[in-house]
Amino acid sequence: MAQITLEGLAHSYLPNPRGEEDYALKELNHVWADGEAYALLGASGCGKTTLLNIISGLVRPSQGRILFDGQDVTDAPTAERNIAQVFQFPVVYDTLTVRDNLAFPLRNRGLPAAQVAERVQAVARMLGLSDMLSRRARGLTADAKQKISLGRGMVRQDVNALLFDEPLTVIDPHMKWELRTQLKALHREFGHTMIYVTHDQTEALTFATRVVVMHEGRVVQIGTPQELFERPAHTFVGYFIGSPGMNVLPAQVEGNVALVESAGDAGTAYAVPLGRGYEGLAGRVEIGVRPEFARLSATEGLPVTVTRIEDVGRHRIVRATLGGHPINVVAGEGEAIPAADAKVTFDPGHVGVFADGWRVEDPLR
Amino acid sequence: MKPVDNRAWFLVLPVLVLVAFSAVIPLMTVVNYSVQDSFGANEFFWNGIGWFDDMLHSERMWNALGRQILFSGIILAIEVPLGIFIALNMPKKGFWASLCLVLMALPLLIPWNVVGTIWQIFGRVDIGLLGHALAALGMDYNYTRDVLDAWVTIVVMDVWHWTSLIALLAYAGLRSIPDAYYQAARIDQASRWAVFRYIELPKMRGVLVIAILLRFMDSFMIYTEPFVVTGGGPGNATTFLSIDLVKLALGQFDLGPAAAFSLMYFLVILLVSWAFYTVMTNLDREDAQR
Repeated sequence: MAQITLEGLAHSYLPNPRGEEDYALKELNHVWADGEAYALLGASGCGKTTLLNIISGLVRPSQGRILFDGQDVTDAPTAERNIAQVFQFPVVYDTLTVRDNLAFPLRNRGLPAAQVAERVQAVARMLGLSDMLSRRARGLTADAKQKISLGRGMVRQDVNALLFDEPLTVIDPHMKWELRTQLKALHREFGHTMIYVTHDQTEALTFATRVVVMHEGRVVQIGTPQELFERPAHTFVGYFIGSPGMNVLPAQVEGNVALVESAGDAGTAYAVPLGRGYEGLAGRVEIGVRPEFARLSATEGLPVTVTRIEDVGRHRIVRATLGGHPINVVAGEGEAIPAADAKVTFDPGHVGVFADGWRVEDPLR
Repeated sequence: MKPVDNRAWFLVLPVLVLVAFSAVIPLMTVVNYSVQDSFGANEFFWNGIGWFDDMLHSERMWNALGRQILFSGIILAIEVPLGIFIALNMPKKGFWASLCLVLMALPLLIPWNVVGTIWQIFGRVDIGLLGHALAALGMDYNYTRDVLDAWVTIVVMDVWHWTSLIALLAYAGLRSIPDAYYQAARIDQASRWAVFRYIELPKMRGVLVIAILLRFMDSFMIYTEPFVVTGGGPGNATTFLSIDLVKLALGQFDLGPAAAFSLMYFLVILLVSWAFYTVMTNLDREDAQR
């Protein structure tokens, strides 16, 4: 196991990148702490697989360094880095048995047979593969194959990190949950450094202790699931995480009040109280508030037009417009939704202010 | 609506007619000849399995079959490994990959008798580049006189003509292997040989079965090229089954024995191909179940 440090890392697939937009991965400095479970979350094409392949050594970064426990491995080939990677589509050696599949990386490294057998037994027990050891890998289900590719990584005791590249994509929904639980249990028990790439926020938030959110080749926020939910650092994090995502409204901020101008009628503006005062904001200013921190009532707040109500079981999602801007409100089971003349209030403590997409942090915090 | 309407059978009629004219009727004329004898004047007499019996006791035919099996065996043993080796070493993408593919496909586009003519001239001692060069090097090479030289010439010609087919099929099989397999192999520190043995070969297996089947059937039926190069000689040394069949049917006009022989020839190819295919697919299935 190792601590992985990325220093000024950036990558472009073009031979001579000019501007920043040529980079699939924009400059990044980060330390992956030893033994933590990370999720790398982002939409397709945001550079998360590129980052993973750089860490595993399948791609050499255009600039910057990678250190494993302080040792520079930027130019080291995959084999020397001692990492394990589980791919999107299960990779197994079809013609070999499950046992031989698990033993494969050890035999390639020239371990004595007795030690190989012992490790294979141990890993098979961990993953629940013990009773299919002598079967051929070819005919197995996708989830069993994924367990084998995971096992090929775990069988090596000196493995520095386990990397997962959307490993549950081809797994049946009911097995997904089981495998994820098993992964978490393995992490708790053995404490491998794990990096898990996914575009599925549920997977990321349930698996990881820290989530790294990427957007257009840039890391926009690193935090615990709770931090991402309560204090998104970027509007992208706001609407990518959460279901539905954060409401983002264009606004002008004066002191501790934000004025949201009506989209249809230029003269009208709605005042939204903020948790604290802001000054000297530059660029495109927006406010963001999660649907969970908005409340509908008949009496107080800003007038909204309710367009649709979706009942999702535990709560309802109210789709509405505020001065022509679409907003979502989450209403609890018992809460009444006014039939006409509904009004909305936002919890001032949870209204964030964003300038050019980035959260404006309190300088005193 | 009636659940069963037998008029639907009329929909099958076009196919029946087509198959009848393209396969069944021509085949039946051969069957017809194989069980009858004629002394001319368009009079035919029933001969039962007489011709088949004759053919099964014909030393000439057994010899031709022996040569045929030897030939197919040799060219498969050379072309399959060579084709795989070429496919493994072809460029993966870009200009050179396209160029390779075009160059590889060229021999496949040349008509059989032209291939035969090319090699017939190429190998001649008096004017052929190969033959003349070998003679100039002091080698006693002459495919019209020496049995071994004739065989070598024909085998090399077939390898030149058809290895591309196996290489192209194997190449297609290799290209369909996802990158993740190679990446996983690197992470597992697999050797080049292990990558071939446990990833590439199993993934190519399907196309290789097809390639071997095609090459077996085609080489087993070979006629034009050896006929043009050696005419079946020297002596009968390169008289393969179909060359012998033509001698029998058109040279000696023994239509009855030739028809019986044709049917057995056809059945042998069908049987071997079917057996090979069944064994390969059954192995596949057993693998999957185990």
